[in-house]
Amino acid sequence: MQAQFLMGVLTLMSVAAYYFGRRRAVFMVGGKIRDLHSLPSYYGFYAAMWCGIPALLVFMLWMGFESSIISYLVVDALPQDQRTLSPDRLNLVLNDIKNLVNGNIVSREIDTALRAAADRYIRLQNIIRAALSVAVLVLAAGAGSWTLTRIKARQRARNAVERLITIILIVCSSIAILTTLGIVFSVLFESVRFFQAVPVADFLFGMSWSPQTAIRADQVGSSGAFGAVPLFVGTLLISLIAMLVAVPIGLRSAIYLSEYASPRFRTVVKPLIEILAGIPTVVYGFFSSLTVAPFIRDTGGLLGLDVASESALAAGLVMGIMIIPFISSLSDDVINAVPQSLRDGAYALGATRSETVRRVIIPAALPGIVGGILLAVSRAIGETMIVVMAAGLAANLTVNPLKAVTTVTVQIVTLLTGDQEFDSPKTLAAFALGLLLFGVTLILNVIALHVVRKYREQYE
Amino acid sequence: MDSIVNPTNIPAVHTTSISDVVKDRSDVVSRENRSTVGETIVEDPRISCLDVNVYYGEKPAIRQVGLEIARNQVIAMIGPSGCGKSSFLRCLNRMNDTIPACQVTGKILMDGQDINGKGIDTVLLRAEVGMVFQKPNPFPKSIWENVAFGPRIHGLAQTKKELDEIVEKSLIQAGLWDEVKDRLNQPGTGLSGGQQQRLCIARAIAVNPEVILMDEPCSALDPIATAKIEELIDKLRLDYTICVVTHSMQQAARISQRTAFFHLGDLIEVGETKQIFTKPLHHLTEDYITGRFG
Amino acid sequence: MNKHETTNKTIPTARSKTKDIVRQSLKKRYNRERRFKWHGQAAIAVALLLLLILFFSISGKGYTAFQQTMMSLDVYLDPEILDPEGSRDPAVLARGDYGGIVKATMRRMFPEVTGRQDKRALYALVSSGASFMLHDKVMENPALVGQRVSVWVPADDEVDMLMKGHVSRDVSEADRRLSDQQLVWIDQLVTEGRIQKQFNTAFFTAGDSRDPELSGIRGALTGSLITLVITLMLSFPVGVATAVYLEEFAPRNRWTDVIEVNINNLAAVPSIVFGLLGLAVFINFLGFPRSAPLVGGLVLTLMTLPTIIIASRAALKSVPPSIREAALGVGASPMQTILFHVLPLAMPGMLTGTIIGMAQALGETAPLLMIGMVAFIVDVPSGIYDPSTALPVQIFLWADSPERAFVERTSAAIMVLLAFLISMNAVSVFLRKRFERRW
Repeated sequence: MQAQFLMGVLTLMSVAAYYFGRRRAVFMVGGKIRDLHSLPSYYGFYAAMWCGIPALLVFMLWMGFESSIISYLVVDALPQDQRTLSPDRLNLVLNDIKNLVNGNIVSREIDTALRAAADRYIRLQNIIRAALSVAVLVLAAGAGSWTLTRIKARQRARNAVERLITIILIVCSSIAILTTLGIVFSVLFESVRFFQAVPVADFLFGMSWSPQTAIRADQVGSSGAFGAVPLFVGTLLISLIAMLVAVPIGLRSAIYLSEYASPRFRTVVKPLIEILAGIPTVVYGFFSSLTVAPFIRDTGGLLGLDVASESALAAGLVMGIMIIPFISSLSDDVINAVPQSLRDGAYALGATRSETVRRVIIPAALPGIVGGILLAVSRAIGETMIVVMAAGLAANLTVNPLKAVTTVTVQIVTLLTGDQEFDSPKTLAAFALGLLLFGVTLILNVIALHVVRKYREQYE
Repeated sequence: MDSIVNPTNIPAVHTTSISDVVKDRSDVVSRENRSTVGETIVEDPRISCLDVNVYYGEKPAIRQVGLEIARNQVIAMIGPSGCGKSSFLRCLNRMNDTIPACQVTGKILMDGQDINGKGIDTVLLRAEVGMVFQKPNPFPKSIWENVAFGPRIHGLAQTKKELDEIVEKSLIQAGLWDEVKDRLNQPGTGLSGGQQQRLCIARAIAVNPEVILMDEPCSALDPIATAKIEELIDKLRLDYTICVVTHSMQQAARISQRTAFFHLGDLIEVGETKQIFTKPLHHLTEDYITGRFG
Repeated sequence: MNKHETTNKTIPTARSKTKDIVRQSLKKRYNRERRFKWHGQAAIAVALLLLLILFFSISGKGYTAFQQTMMSLDVYLDPEILDPEGSRDPAVLARGDYGGIVKATMRRMFPEVTGRQDKRALYALVSSGASFMLHDKVMENPALVGQRVSVWVPADDEVDMLMKGHVSRDVSEADRRLSDQQLVWIDQLVTEGRIQKQFNTAFFTAGDSRDPELSGIRGALTGSLITLVITLMLSFPVGVATAVYLEEFAPRNRWTDVIEVNINNLAAVPSIVFGLLGLAVFINFLGFPRSAPLVGGLVLTLMTLPTIIIASRAALKSVPPSIREAALGVGASPMQTILFHVLPLAMPGMLTGTIIGMAQALGETAPLLMIGMVAFIVDVPSGIYDPSTALPVQIFLWADSPERAFVERTSAAIMVLLAFLISMNAVSVFLRKRFERRW
């Protein structure tokens, strides 16, 4: 609430700066706007910019770090015995304090120390927020009025404003890079900690996965096992089933739509198939677990087969349905990029349509189609909701599609949802899996995008 | 120049050529609203076209073209761009079928059969009438695969050896063998422009067609490559009937025995090449060959 | 001329042979052609059929959720129970035993029921929400205490399932949740007109609940809305700015190449990885609250940015250079040219891309699981820091619930979600059609 109020005041001040900046510029040349270097509104923007932006930056920077600074100060004032707790225990205490501050449910009884800490937290927060408000407003007013005094007729206000806009544009475009870096660092950082506890080789080549570590060291199965091979096999099995469904159907529909269908048929059917791509994956997950999986289990039962209720087949089939439009629209693009002259060449030799497609168009489009399929594989590997809802949790090392298998993404979700202590190998394992997932899909994407780009350049 | 005034004043008709389609063929000359002057009919024609119209949607591309194409000759179609010469050429192997909005009317007779008729199969037709395009369009496959494509789809060879023979023969005929015999497995797209075009010719003759259509086969090539192709066309004439569309009058004069001049969708004049270039009957032809427009 | 003769003799025989071979092969080839074409048609038919099955299976299960079985109770708001001292003090009224009143009402309707077991079975027919409804009614109007009022309260989800035909009466009593005795009571209430199916307003006005008959999607929908607004407010300006910079100002060098490749790759990074980023950076490092729409919005922003950037760049590319040249020619600065002349023309394309990106964000689930927007939250969120969930996450949560009645609610929530997505896509198609320009 306070923050929003502050933002409101800041906006008002910027508007005022704009107004005064513009007026001052006009005043400086005695109303003869022709004598100004830039249009008057640029002087207004110039003043508004200097008024608003530095203050806003300070404000955002502060909001980003406020919580950690206050936490540090609060921890510093905690009783000796709590201050020396292990980091994760300390975190729990801190969480309790924050919950108490926010009026949420607290995990343990509220004692005086906790109450005192919470009071301290609130007090510090109030002081700091008040200081911040003052600082931000003073900065805005100072910078704004300083700029106003600098406005002169020959000043290049437009250039200054445009330079700033350019800087903003550059900052915006670097967010994409920052995102990638953020992903890399966040998964890498936690993974490194995981690999300190579990050797890389055990993780990559271990045949058993049971991340449930016991709380006390003397319990059974206390160590947990972090061999990810069953997850890889499960992921690949489900992706393979998905591709076996999606590639033939997607490719054949793309061929039909681009080579056989009338334009009218195409304009109706193509968007219909693409609806499949727009359906959220959670819907597919629900469809799979509620309709497809029971259907497969019952059918298997009739045939005398023992089908798990969370069979890899069900998850793979439904994932395949999801990927059909992906394959079909990518292939469609690629096939349409094959120059008409090649088709003409084949037809002129007396090839039938299917011969032209099979012997000329598909071979010519093959790199692009392979690129599309690689992208689809990357999507299948990274797909989460369908497998979370339709595949199993138990890490069975099997390639039998009728059995339940688990995947990398399923494990990430299971390890990270619900209550968790942040430093246990169990949660860190999720980040290691995430690193692997990111790495594999990144490689697939880079190769695929490169192949597709090269393919396009060939026919441009 | 009387003939311009009186278009029915056409040189002697070869009565010997009249076969079982005699009534249809007499149409070629007797139509009153025809604007074509010159010798539209020939003795023992390979292809006879009667009243051929091509429409793209509502728009006519060529109107009422009547023309006969003789065996073992090169006929050149000339005319300013957009005159319909390519559209006409594409009628002869029904390549216009591949353009959805395109409609062809009229009769095109080959061996006494109308190729636009019901019983005619485009696959068979195109096996008999090969085509070479303006831009060389080798398939993105090896040189060998390119030439073997036609024989393969038609099943013309039983064994790999037979196929090898066809490929070699076609490449020799196309004058490309010596240049590529050591790299038959390399992609056809890696050849130079002129070589690519000769590869396309080899690909077309590998099917052993009777007629070869060429749609401005040299327009994308340099002069040296052009000279080679022209030489090749002249040689191929002995075995094939060849129709060449060209925008270059010099080329038409060099390689063809007969020339047809198209203008704005009409076939204006047909005749011996020598006559067209020395004594054109129609003033439009004269204007065109003297470079007054084009 | 001599050569002519020889070739003319040999070639025709070879040619007629060729012709014969081709003619003979035709039938086989055309069969293959038909088969090939049929394969394409079959593939399309299969794809469309799957789409149809998906829609029918969802809507077939879900349409019943838009109705709810309600039960009419003639309640005596007994002052003895609610307000023994007669003070009408709201604090006292708020603590009243409304559950007891509901039970008393049920006993009055079926005076013959005496046994403890039977009574419990009788009480089970009405939803636990009934007492809350009475509570709210009394708090709104304390004068009702001491009066008899007739109210419609939701029936228990088992009754609801029976009324909707999802539970069969034919199975043996042991396999049924409702006993034979309960069925008799229900039939009696139906003949009395005390049980009816009515439009399920609670589904749209309530938050989540453990009781299917009381649960609704308003909380999830609000959470989705807040998240989406944050996503839109951040991703649209940043996406457009990035596109403008890359397309119009950036020098063509290594750095911009890196950015470009990077954006294309980000578009294909699995969404769950963005969730990991959100968890590690926003929650653990920056200390933002878990389960908050703010974090959800930030994560979805990063996820949709590539889509918006790619679409916006395409839109900028489609503005012909003549517009830029004309503006530059009359003395506008490059920045003015872009901001005042190129950008407005590219705006429809950018908006289309943005809507498609928003539709993706609306349906996205996995990253929200990572940042804790998966909790059981009853209250409707009212701010960007409130714990909340989102519609697709709600679907995920309900799909996991064991109660039979949640199946239809899950399906109905999916129908609502799909309705939103379809209308968003329809808007984008409309925009594209409406502003499509041929230069």
